[in-house]
Amino acid sequence: MATYTLTTPLTEEDVRKLHVRDTITLNGTIFGIRDLTQIRIFDQKMDPPVSLQGAVCLHTAPSLKKVGDRWEKICVGTTTSGRMDRFTPGLMEKYGVRAIIGKGGQYQASLEAMKKFGGCYLAIVGGAAALETNQIVEVEKVYWEDIHPEALYQFKVKDFGPLTVAMDSHGQHLYYEVKTQAEKKLPEIYRRLGIPV
Amino acid sequence: MAQFSYQLVGDTAKELYIRALKILPPDVREALQKAYERETTPTGQEIFRTILRNVEVADQQDVLICQDTGLPIYLVKIGSKFPVDGAQVAAALKEGAKRATLEHPFRGSSTHPVTRVNPQTSVGEGLPIIYWDFMPENEFLDILMIPKGSGSENMSAMKMFIPADGVAAIKKFVIDTVLQSGSNPCPPGVIGVGIGGTADLVSKLAKEAIARPVGSHNHDPFFAKMEDELYEAINSLGFGPMGLGGSVSTLAVHIEWAFTHITQNPVAVNTQCWPARRARAKIYPDGRVEYGF
Repeated sequence: MATYTLTTPLTEEDVRKLHVRDTITLNGTIFGIRDLTQIRIFDQKMDPPVSLQGAVCLHTAPSLKKVGDRWEKICVGTTTSGRMDRFTPGLMEKYGVRAIIGKGGQYQASLEAMKKFGGCYLAIVGGAAALETNQIVEVEKVYWEDIHPEALYQFKVKDFGPLTVAMDSHGQHLYYEVKTQAEKKLPEIYRRLGIPV
Repeated sequence: MAQFSYQLVGDTAKELYIRALKILPPDVREALQKAYERETTPTGQEIFRTILRNVEVADQQDVLICQDTGLPIYLVKIGSKFPVDGAQVAAALKEGAKRATLEHPFRGSSTHPVTRVNPQTSVGEGLPIIYWDFMPENEFLDILMIPKGSGSENMSAMKMFIPADGVAAIKKFVIDTVLQSGSNPCPPGVIGVGIGGTADLVSKLAKEAIARPVGSHNHDPFFAKMEDELYEAINSLGFGPMGLGGSVSTLAVHIEWAFTHITQNPVAVNTQCWPARRARAKIYPDGRVEYGF
């Protein structure tokens, strides 16, 4: 369980040294994405209007308000990543994304992409949006405003975290590990509850 | 002295939505603090520290605990000694939820089920959800507000078992649903279980179960014991906070139940996330409003 402070954009070397259960704090720029953002990129085949090489992407749908030309944060939190599993391999292979920040984890195809291209999944504490909003210093830019709150957001962050490495580039998957352990305990739990197996 | 009005109900409905999003009930805080003290894994402890810091930041800065403003649910109890017009109360609740969203402002999470158009008001056809109940003696209107986030609600489940499946099927369904939900509902929260009734009532009972103060017990000793059993069982799964492994997987299991048909054996699980948000107001005939949880 190592602890790292990383600055974006991330290199392959940054990501390859990470292992599940490591704790990460991030500085620099992260990109907010959601279902519709990625439906636009992959299903409607529109390239993101900004380079995502080495990028860290956050699964979010932020509360923001526009004051003049500027966007101000109201509340930025994290959404469930499972819904967006099918997009992660493409983000890594085609656009060079290195890390996904989310909650709940992703599945096999994403794990394979992380192994192949040098990526990782960083688990944030879901529901802790008050803290997360504080760690976002500024909303630098909103691309594709027409689909807000599912647009493409560029956030400047300081001491963003703590994040737990939950899927790494070595094929380790913390959620699977935890679930496998839980399943092993099931027969004993059923027995205690008087559930016939 | 001010008098009761339906405008006041609307103002209160607005205030309740905002308070629920910002102020975590004391029983939830205490349960989280105790859970932190019980947690044995370093990853789990780190997550609890973040959770507790987040609650503190929301308090200090008067901001939302979580960005998921949820779907607004109002559980209304009308006291016999203070009869009110339900239709006007319903209209006022809808207006209050909408005003909270637009005037605070915060993200509206309600959307059309097919076109997915989001009016950014938190309300719409059939929303807010309003449950009505009645109190024989009381001289006030009691409104409990729950903003229900989707990370947890999406993990809810219901099943119509048959009598031959017995109580074992109910317990197994609860355990299996929690296992299937894994890290998605932002654990450790409250597992609400409904037992009995019909397909719709059992789901409502599960929702009422998550609305109770954390760690409270069902009035019936049989179901109170089952709450403890399921609580122990779920915590021994080892999911831990945010499903990343650890000793605390749930803060509480609450059961609500009703009689059912002789051929039926329904069970529902409603999952609540660690920010088990709720806010309550009592409105009196003289226009006094008491806020609580």
